[in-house]
Amino acid sequence: MNPLPEPEDVLELLRQMMRIRRFEDRCVELYSAARIRGFVHLYIGEEAVAVGVLDALTADDDIVATYRDHGHALARGVPATAIMAEMYGMQEGCSRGRGGSMHLFDVSRRFYGGNAIVAGGLPVAIGLALARKMQARGGVVTCFFGEGAIAEGEFHECMNLAALWDLPVLFCCENNLYAMGTALRRSESETDLVLKAASYEMAAWPVDGMDVVAVRDATRRGVDAIRAGSGPHFLELRTYRFRAHSMYDPERYRDKAEVEQWKSRDPIARFVERYTIAPSDVDMLEREIADELDAAVAFAEAGTPEPVEDLTRFVTSEVGRT
Amino acid sequence: MSDETVELTYREAMREAIRDAMRRDERVFLMGEDVGLYGGCFAVSLGLLEEFGPERIRDTPLSESAFVGAGIGAALAGMRPIVEIMTVNFSLLALDQIMNNAATLLHMSGGQCNVPLVIRMTTGAGRQVAAQHSHSLEGWYAHIPGLRILVPATVEDAREMLWPALQDPDPVLIFEHAGLYGTSARVAATSPGPIDIERAVIRRPGTDVTLLTYGGTLPTTLAAAEQLSAAGTEAEVIDLRTLRPLDDETIVGSVRRTHRAVIVDEGWRSGSISAEISARIMEQAFYDLDAPVERVCGAEVPMPYAKHLEDAALPGADAVVRAAMRTRSHV
Repeated sequence: MNPLPEPEDVLELLRQMMRIRRFEDRCVELYSAARIRGFVHLYIGEEAVAVGVLDALTADDDIVATYRDHGHALARGVPATAIMAEMYGMQEGCSRGRGGSMHLFDVSRRFYGGNAIVAGGLPVAIGLALARKMQARGGVVTCFFGEGAIAEGEFHECMNLAALWDLPVLFCCENNLYAMGTALRRSESETDLVLKAASYEMAAWPVDGMDVVAVRDATRRGVDAIRAGSGPHFLELRTYRFRAHSMYDPERYRDKAEVEQWKSRDPIARFVERYTIAPSDVDMLEREIADELDAAVAFAEAGTPEPVEDLTRFVTSEVGRT
Repeated sequence: MSDETVELTYREAMREAIRDAMRRDERVFLMGEDVGLYGGCFAVSLGLLEEFGPERIRDTPLSESAFVGAGIGAALAGMRPIVEIMTVNFSLLALDQIMNNAATLLHMSGGQCNVPLVIRMTTGAGRQVAAQHSHSLEGWYAHIPGLRILVPATVEDAREMLWPALQDPDPVLIFEHAGLYGTSARVAATSPGPIDIERAVIRRPGTDVTLLTYGGTLPTTLAAAEQLSAAGTEAEVIDLRTLRPLDDETIVGSVRRTHRAVIVDEGWRSGSISAEISARIMEQAFYDLDAPVERVCGAEVPMPYAKHLEDAALPGADAVVRAAMRTRSHV
């Protein structure tokens, strides 16, 4: 068993997971109401991963996320207002409406974006870590990717390079068992992901991704080791997405029974039960989060569309040469 | 400034540029396959490992995507990487990183993530190394918004383009024609200062026809201009220097004076940079033209090995002369 966290910490962990869950619920509503468009990949079911990992990091660490990035951004402290405004395509969005759901960026929080090319963020994470090493700055680069990325060549190139150069990277593989509709067993000859990572001489271990405390403990263990100079680490965070891949997914590829079985391990419900959190506390959090999200939606609704005359801004830098 | 000159090869000039940049800015480092111990596939970085050490002259595994992406990440974190890719054909293994990240992050992040990265690679044919080492794909890269594409054609440009490229806040790709590495010229012993990487340059003034080219076909085109001159036609030769953004002003300005244009490009003709330049001339100087724009391009084949076939696939001076004379046949 993991050590029980401090009581005030329990509520904070729960609050962060609930914020993500409720944010995603709002996304479904707003998508149905055609207030937001494009691809929207929901994080429901996987909240313990982002919350557990990011809680173990410091403000100085770098994060590279995937296109399923709402949870990572919220847990990192990117304001819900800025994320929602981004979904609305507004100037006040965290990427000025240029990125949308899949490309949330906040460099002030060292959040280097949702990358929507599977495995495409890993090389960037390697470079952020290489710079840290060359600049002797310390710190850790945390890179999220799904298990689908493991079929990509970039994954293997980066695992090798990180280990070869002893870079301060924490590889966080969110194994939700499906790369869109392709089950891990249908895409990998070897489905033991820890074994794959270990083949690069990298410390690697599996983690119950439905248990936020287990995720945080594992992340702490990993980043402590990285900070102590023992090179890159790999976590396989075993989780499950309760919802479809995106808004266009009829889910022909998995059993309803399997989904229900994973839902019985809901990271939020299980956490409430395990730490015997009072219903009044849950209600209080629900109200606070509803207020926060009401404000976020109102902020986005009142946002400013980027002027069309500015269409070609940010193709090249506006600042003078450095 | 002293008037002293030295004889330098293009290869040495590029090496001097890297050495100079690394001495001036400790954020600069070179990374790529065999850039260190081996001295560089084309010996550009020979000797730099000894001067700067393995951290800053960094050998990489054969992982183009990972080390180009690592350059992007390092650039985001305040370094000024120079990434060397052996040949343009190998750069296709890193195309995801070049296109989806280097060229895209700034816009996709709403202006937060500029990528001050320089990627150098060899391009072009002429060495009988066949269809996976010989192509001229710089025109492809010039299609991509967010990239700057530089094509140094002279020893001086090889020495003077890198520093301004490193000062650019956004990604710059430098294409070095493999056939140029051994060429040499007398240049000022001390650098006269960085060149303007925004502008094309007139390498040979002329009044009768404009020959537009870049990189490896500049020597061919200058040779053609000499042949034309002997036959009484004075060609103006424009070295484009940068394929993105194109210097429309210099291109169109010359065509307005000569009323005739021939574009010389080792790349394939269809959907090419030569097609783009031709379209711009049509858009901006249609009524100044006395003849249709001519193009002399690489043959549309994967590059063959045999010498006579490779020669036949490349734009030669004679073909440039014939094209120029065709424009002169119109009145």
